[in-house]
Amino acid sequence: MRMGSVLRLSGLLFGFAFLYVPIALVILYSFNESRLVTVWGGFSTRWYGELLANEQLLDSVVMSLHVALSSALLATVLGTAAAVSLARRKRFTGRLAFSSMIFAPLVMPEVITGLSLLLLFVALDVPRGFWTIVIAHATLGMCFVTVLVHARLQGLDRSLEEAAMDLGASPLRTLFSVTLPLALPSICAGYALAFTLSLDDFVLASFTSGPGSTTLPMRIYSQMRLGVTPQINAISTLMMGGVAIVLLAAWFIERRKTAAR
Amino acid sequence: MNKPPLITLDSVTKRYGAVVAVDTVSLEIDAGAFFALLGPSGCGKTTLMRLIAGFETPDEGRILIDGEDMAGVPPHLRPVNMMFQSYALFPHMDVASNIAFGLVQARMPKPKIKARVADLLDLVQLKGFEARKPDQLSGGQRQRVALARALARNPRLVLLDEPLAALDKKLREETQFELMRVQRELGTAFLVVTHDQDEAMVMAQRIAVMRSGRIEQIGTPLMIYEEPATRFVAGFIGDANQLEGTVVETGQGLCSVELAKGARVTARGASVNGAKVVVMVRPEHMQLGGAGLPGLVLDCAYRGDMQMIRVELLGGGIVRVASFGVQAQAMLQRGSQVMVSFAPQFARVLPS
Repeated sequence: MRMGSVLRLSGLLFGFAFLYVPIALVILYSFNESRLVTVWGGFSTRWYGELLANEQLLDSVVMSLHVALSSALLATVLGTAAAVSLARRKRFTGRLAFSSMIFAPLVMPEVITGLSLLLLFVALDVPRGFWTIVIAHATLGMCFVTVLVHARLQGLDRSLEEAAMDLGASPLRTLFSVTLPLALPSICAGYALAFTLSLDDFVLASFTSGPGSTTLPMRIYSQMRLGVTPQINAISTLMMGGVAIVLLAAWFIERRKTAAR
Repeated sequence: MNKPPLITLDSVTKRYGAVVAVDTVSLEIDAGAFFALLGPSGCGKTTLMRLIAGFETPDEGRILIDGEDMAGVPPHLRPVNMMFQSYALFPHMDVASNIAFGLVQARMPKPKIKARVADLLDLVQLKGFEARKPDQLSGGQRQRVALARALARNPRLVLLDEPLAALDKKLREETQFELMRVQRELGTAFLVVTHDQDEAMVMAQRIAVMRSGRIEQIGTPLMIYEEPATRFVAGFIGDANQLEGTVVETGQGLCSVELAKGARVTARGASVNGAKVVVMVRPEHMQLGGAGLPGLVLDCAYRGDMQMIRVELLGGGIVRVASFGVQAQAMLQRGSQVMVSFAPQFARVLPS
């Protein structure tokens, strides 16, 4: 083998190791018999069983899924609406200001977003809980949805919408029968992104949650302070499995669609 | 008898910043007419079409459809339909839904829509393609779906933006006659925008020649070819020899024009003595021989049915002479001396 290809191969291996060794360790140790996270004590599914009995942890999983589903929905609706106005309304006062401001939360440190939301909720005397987390996550998610949908709308042939109007569709009908269906792939991608962002967010949730609304990342963090239990490895493995199944399904559907062409 | 025109444009002007895209254009299109807007790219013909469709609003002037002022009427409420240059077929709908789109918007009952779509597919000879998606069609088939979609609502006028530009040469010729057939069968008025003079000449009953936002001439293909109003029209449609000179004598619809080196020619047209003019003669109306302008043969291009001979006149300038028939068989030597002549009735005096 030549020097160059050796270098390339080892670079590749190192890169993948960098990405996947920690994940592999988590999966491996989730099947560890031993209570100690760093000592291998033989294969067992004992922690999965204990996990199913840990109501606190399961509650937080349900809470996290609820928050993620609702906040992603809210983010998608708001983000799509923002993208449509930015891409399609010709000119309105403050268009430039809006289009730059919509992207601000993307670069804003989450701590600051979280703090400012907390201050707002306190000032408005809103009791913190499920809905405040949903709102916080939606503000973050909607920026991503807007970016994705906006890019798609920019790339869309304007004459398609003009054709719809020409054929008698009012602007609103055009939006629902042509513009949005054509932007659907990026709207779905936006939803998926907002969902994952919400699922793994810790910072915003800890600022805006209240009693009885503990999300999974918060629960894991608080358990970590009492010591890492292999249950955490188990739940992480389950989450990764879920994500992998969703990704595989998406890939499979996409491939079948291309094959049908 | 005196029916009002279907479309009336009354001194319509459209500006984009400092650029005047359409400059005080007035024209009328009758119901059932096949009308072509012809001009080089960027002459404002597409903008004019978009003004009629309602995608742009004129800065000045009025657009009337069936005598009704279209100011403030949005595109979806106008009785015209457009076939886009890109066809703009909805990629997420099949052929039948694409064609039915306009009918669904008009809230036509479902069974009637089905029947109408079947009729239209018949008209454009695409039976059996109902369930195809646009990306499963060839360019020519897409073009026909777009035409059927634009015709579905029975519009008073169909706007066709460069309808043949995306097709290859052979298909383009077939489609020209196809469009003419459909137009004849339905009696719907067609307004075609094109930069291709052949297309306009073949298909249209009337042509408006546009140049930098203005209409240079409106007339039948025959009028525009035989009686061009300006130098631009003469040069844009067909081949034209243009000889510059000064009018020295006028009378009885004829002008005597003195060319650069003192040669005089006679041509039809009205002008005044001393005016700088151009004498326009089509290559097929020029002959070699006879009493005329002396010149040297530059080259001959044999084209089978005719020969195109380029002659450099001793008085300056190069003319093209089309030679048909037996005469065409004798190839002329480069550099041989010839006389170029033409009958006054085939020569036109145009303002310089």
